[in-house]
Amino acid sequence: MNPVPYLVIVPLAAGFFIPIFGKRIKPLGGLVAAAAMAALFLLSLSAAYLIRVDKALVYNVGNWPPPVGITMVVDGLSCFMLLIVNTVALLVSIYATEYVKRYTDPWKFFSLFMLMVAGMNGVLVSGDLFNLYVFMEIAAIAAYSLVAFGVEAAQLEAAFKYAVMGAVGSSFIVLGIAFVYSSASTLNLAGIASALSGPGSTNVVLFASVLFLMGFGLKAALAPFHAWLPDAHTAAPTPISAMLSGLLIKVLGVYVIMRIFFNVFGISAKLSMILISLAVISMVTASFLAFGQTDIKRLLAYSSISQVGYIMLGMGVGTPLAIMGALFHLFNHSIFKPLLFLSAGAVEDIGGTRDLRYMPGVLASSRLTGYTNLIGALSICGIPPLGGFWSKLIIIFACIQADRPVLAFVAAAVSILTLGYYFKAVTPMLFGTAASSGSPRGNAVGKARKKKLALAFALPLTVLALLSILGILLLAPGIGRQFLGDALAVLVRGR
Amino acid sequence: MISLYILCLILFLVGLYCVVRKRNLIKIIIGIGIMEYAVNLFFVLTGYSEGGHSPIFVTDQVIKRMVDPASQAIVSTVIVIGLSLTLVLIAIAIRIYEKYGTFDITKINRLKG
Repeated sequence: MNPVPYLVIVPLAAGFFIPIFGKRIKPLGGLVAAAAMAALFLLSLSAAYLIRVDKALVYNVGNWPPPVGITMVVDGLSCFMLLIVNTVALLVSIYATEYVKRYTDPWKFFSLFMLMVAGMNGVLVSGDLFNLYVFMEIAAIAAYSLVAFGVEAAQLEAAFKYAVMGAVGSSFIVLGIAFVYSSASTLNLAGIASALSGPGSTNVVLFASVLFLMGFGLKAALAPFHAWLPDAHTAAPTPISAMLSGLLIKVLGVYVIMRIFFNVFGISAKLSMILISLAVISMVTASFLAFGQTDIKRLLAYSSISQVGYIMLGMGVGTPLAIMGALFHLFNHSIFKPLLFLSAGAVEDIGGTRDLRYMPGVLASSRLTGYTNLIGALSICGIPPLGGFWSKLIIIFACIQADRPVLAFVAAAVSILTLGYYFKAVTPMLFGTAASSGSPRGNAVGKARKKKLALAFALPLTVLALLSILGILLLAPGIGRQFLGDALAVLVRGR
Repeated sequence: MISLYILCLILFLVGLYCVVRKRNLIKIIIGIGIMEYAVNLFFVLTGYSEGGHSPIFVTDQVIKRMVDPASQAIVSTVIVIGLSLTLVLIAIAIRIYEKYGTFDITKINRLKG
């Protein structure tokens, strides 16, 4: 059986099945979503198993061969991303079953959640530029609605901002697709690569590259296009913040930029220069902005922009070692950022506030939340045995190896800044602040409630913490090396 | 033919100006609509050829020039996506009006940082 089409069919079917029955039977929505995510996790594992031999799985929709029909392709890179997406989304969906109890209609949440997963899986498997756009819009529109799910004033404002910026970005992407199509006469990614490789098409490639960089850079929240991200991440329900930061900006932004610029257009010196400058601006400005934040989720959101900068820096430097560092950092970031967001959600649940100035300190009342927070923060700061250290080290080494000591210095300096603002954030979260008794909302908020962490909260936190400790296994010889090596081979091969 | 492309560009810029400069939420949504139409028009124009025929195969007639049907099919999909996007935006704008009592974006500024 070819698992490729089911990666899109299963979440779409779940998304439409949940509203039919979820209205009557309240807990069904969460159960169906978690079951569908478990099935998707197994499907992506089977895809990973199958591509060990074939290197690429191809599915022609309706049995029409490539020039006429639509193809779905899973190669090393998409498989790497599929496993990350479906693992993290499975854990987030388990967390969400407990979290959504505060809303009146949880089934709507899960229906939109499954549509978002369908969109992301679709982007990863599509071998066709226009279908990539369609799936991207499915994921993005579901994300706009999910950010506004609580219909509080701040959520609506953030969702409107996000949706308007996303819509402008999408217009630029369609414009880029129009230029590519009029020049290459095909939308199949492999077809475009061979059609545009000849001489005389460099101007079209350059113009389309700029349009795509604007559109997908906005989805990836690179520095000049990042204005939507802090608001959307802060206002969204916690599981959605974890999904947006851990998966959505990587799949819709970073993955598509990798795919288009490395495999379709082919990376050029000009383009890598642009990527590096955007990456450096993101890393530095976002780190400084993160220092000034008092809301824990907003601080995490700025840190996301900075870490995406690291990934793009690795892509921009473009040596095989740097790309490997970028892929490994992408993996690490999509494990520890959801961990940090979900832990922050648990901290908010226990302490009753997200404001770092009035944090009661959770270590005393819930040891697990304290430790998962600590592991996530240590990993993102790059403390040696954890995954985040190795990926940053590889990127810094690659910069030195590529004879770019300035970039290596910037990457190391931003790493120290990261340590600084996480120290500022994690200490009050664990031990509480001196000002906690003077909380503006009264003493009930300032004191941690002795509350048992629900199993649906504890399980994803534990698994994500274990994954961020075991992330280093990806560099070990054997399965991990094969897994990362296949993804790397796709990018290094070029077009 | 080239003038048509320039008109497309002007329409696109009108939409972009509307999104960037207008303060009313509804006008911003209309601006997004105008941008989408400009892009769609451009996409259809790329598949158009002067004096082209519809690409339907008929046995007793030889078609020399024909209009590309793929770009038209693509545009009809983009229109549907644009419609759903507009619906989401309008739904959010209505809820914002309920909460803030205004459509003016300078007065909707509770998020800062």
